[in-house]
Amino acid sequence: MTEADNSVGIVAAQSAVFDTPLPLLGGSSLASWELKYETYGTLNEDKSNAVLICHALSGHHHVAGRYHEEDAAAGWWDNMVGPGKPIDTRRFFVVGVNNLGGCHGSTGPSSLHPGTGEPWGSAFPVVTVPDWVNAQAQLADRLGIHRWAAVIGGSLGGMQALQWTISYPDRVGHALVIASAPKLSAQNIAFNDVARQAIISDPDFNGGDFYRHGVVPRRGLRLARMLGHITYLSDDGMGEKFGRMLRSGEYRFGFDVEFEIESYLRYQGDKFSDIFDANSYLLMTKALDYFDPAAAHGDDLAAALAGVKASFLVASFTSDWRFSPARSRELVTALTRADRKVSYAEIESVHGHDAFLMLDPPYVALMRSYLDRVAREVGA
Amino acid sequence: MNELTSLRPDLQQIARWIRDGNRVLDLGCGDGALLAWLDRSKGVRGYGIEIDVDNVVRCVENGVSVLQGDLEQGLAQFEDGSFDQVILSQTIQAMKETERILCEITRVGCEAIVTFPNFGYWQNRWQILAGRMPVSDTIPFQWYDTPNIHWCMLGDFEALCAKNGIRILERVVMDDDRRITVLPNLLGSLAFYRIGR
Repeated sequence: MTEADNSVGIVAAQSAVFDTPLPLLGGSSLASWELKYETYGTLNEDKSNAVLICHALSGHHHVAGRYHEEDAAAGWWDNMVGPGKPIDTRRFFVVGVNNLGGCHGSTGPSSLHPGTGEPWGSAFPVVTVPDWVNAQAQLADRLGIHRWAAVIGGSLGGMQALQWTISYPDRVGHALVIASAPKLSAQNIAFNDVARQAIISDPDFNGGDFYRHGVVPRRGLRLARMLGHITYLSDDGMGEKFGRMLRSGEYRFGFDVEFEIESYLRYQGDKFSDIFDANSYLLMTKALDYFDPAAAHGDDLAAALAGVKASFLVASFTSDWRFSPARSRELVTALTRADRKVSYAEIESVHGHDAFLMLDPPYVALMRSYLDRVAREVGA
Repeated sequence: MNELTSLRPDLQQIARWIRDGNRVLDLGCGDGALLAWLDRSKGVRGYGIEIDVDNVVRCVENGVSVLQGDLEQGLAQFEDGSFDQVILSQTIQAMKETERILCEITRVGCEAIVTFPNFGYWQNRWQILAGRMPVSDTIPFQWYDTPNIHWCMLGDFEALCAKNGIRILERVVMDDDRRITVLPNLLGSLAFYRIGR
C-alpha cells in the first residue's frame, strides 16, 4: 500500500467563531474567540462515531493529511490517523482542534485583541486544561456531536482527554490517555520553569509585547525548545542516534558546534523558534503545571474520578522519564479504586516521551485493538 | 460462546467458583479468555493483570480490562478487600515471591482461587523413579528452561496456607477433566483451592 492509499489526502482547516463569553478558571473570560479545527472521515447518521484528538504542547489542529500536493510535511499524527490506520478515518469522524492560547489560528496571544486591534501579547489570559475542554465542548455542540466515541491525547493532550471525562462524563465513551500524567511532578514543573525563564529573560521578550517592537525572543524560545527536546528523548535513544559523534571527526577545542547532538538540538531549536510563538509556549507550559484534577478533592484522585463514566486506555513508555510509567500508574490505580473500566500498557520503547508519536509495533497493535472495540461499540 | 465448555477445562472449574456480579482480579490472565467469559455470562467486573504485552493486546481485543504489570512487585496498588475474588491460575509455581503473593491475594481479595500442577501426580513420581525430571501435559518444560521454580504437592500448599493463617475453604483435584476424590495427591494432576482469611 502506498502512502497515498492510507492518507486522509488533501485537507483544509476550518474555523469556528464564538461570540458567547468563555469564562476561564483564572477568573477572567474571553468575550469572543475562535477555534481552528480540521475533520477527517464522515460523521455517521446518529453522530456516534466522532473522535477528538487533543494536541500536546507544540501541536495543533493539523493532525493528518497535507494542505496541497507539494506539502512537504503531513499532519503531526499522520502515522496514526488515516484510512486503515489505528484511528481509522473510514470508521471514525476525527476532529483535531488548536487550543486557545496557541499560535496556529485559534485565539491566542499573537491574535489581534478586538478592543485594540493589536496582538494580545501579555494581555492574553492564562488558560487551563479545563478551559480548553470547555471550549472544545462548544465546538462539539457546533458540530452536532453530543458524545465522543473517544477522546484521545498524548502528554498534555492526555490531560485533556482525562479532563473531558471529569468535566463532561456523559459526553465521552472512551478516553485514551497516552504518555501522560494526572499532574506534573516538581521536577517536571522545574523543567517548564527553566524553559519559561529562558523566554522571559530574552531581552527581545519585552514583557510579552514583543510584537509591537517588531522583534521575536528567538534565543529564549530556542533554548526552551532545546531543553524540552532533551527531556523528550531517552538517554539510550539519544546515545543510539548520536552517541559522541563529531561533525568533523576531531576535537576543535572551541565552543562551536562539534558534537552531532549539539547540531541536532540547535537545528530543532532554530526550526521551532521560527514557527512557534513565545507567549503560546509560556501558556502551554502553565496549563501543564496547573493541571491537577485531584486538588479539588483533597488530593484524592479516585474521588475526582468518582463521577467518571468513560472507559480508559492508559499507555506509557518504559524509557519516558518526562512522563514516566509511574505517573500513568497513578492514574490507573485511581481508576481501579474508583471502579472504572481501564486497560493499561507499559510499552517497551527507546524513544522516550516522543514514543507516543512513533510506531513501536506493540503500541500500534494496542491502539488498533482498542479502537477496533470502540468502533464496533458505536457500530462504525 | 457462553457455554461453560467453551473454556479450557481448568478455567471451567475456576468459573464455577466465581459468583455472579462479583468484582474479580485475575492475576496472570493471559489472553483474557476467562474474564471475557465471566463478563458475558456472570456479569463479573474486574481486571486482569498480565506481564506480556502481546497478551495485553489480546485482552484488549477480547474487551477485557487488563493492566500490564509484574506480579513479583506485589499488589500494593490495590486496597485491602477491594475484590470479591482474586484468581491465581497455574502461576504460583513460577513465582519467586511465592509466600508474598499468597499473602497479597488474601489481602486484596475477600477470597482467592489458586490453581497449580500437582507435583505429587503419579506420572511425575514415575518419571522421577525412572531417573528423570517430569515432563508432561501439565508440566511441559525441560528442567533447564522451565519457568516453574517452586514445585509443591497438595500437602505442601496446605502447610504454607496454615503457616500464614490462611483458611482452605474448598479443594478440588482434577486429572484432565475428571474430578479425583480418591488418593488426590497421587491421582490428581491439577489442584484447585478456594482460600480466604
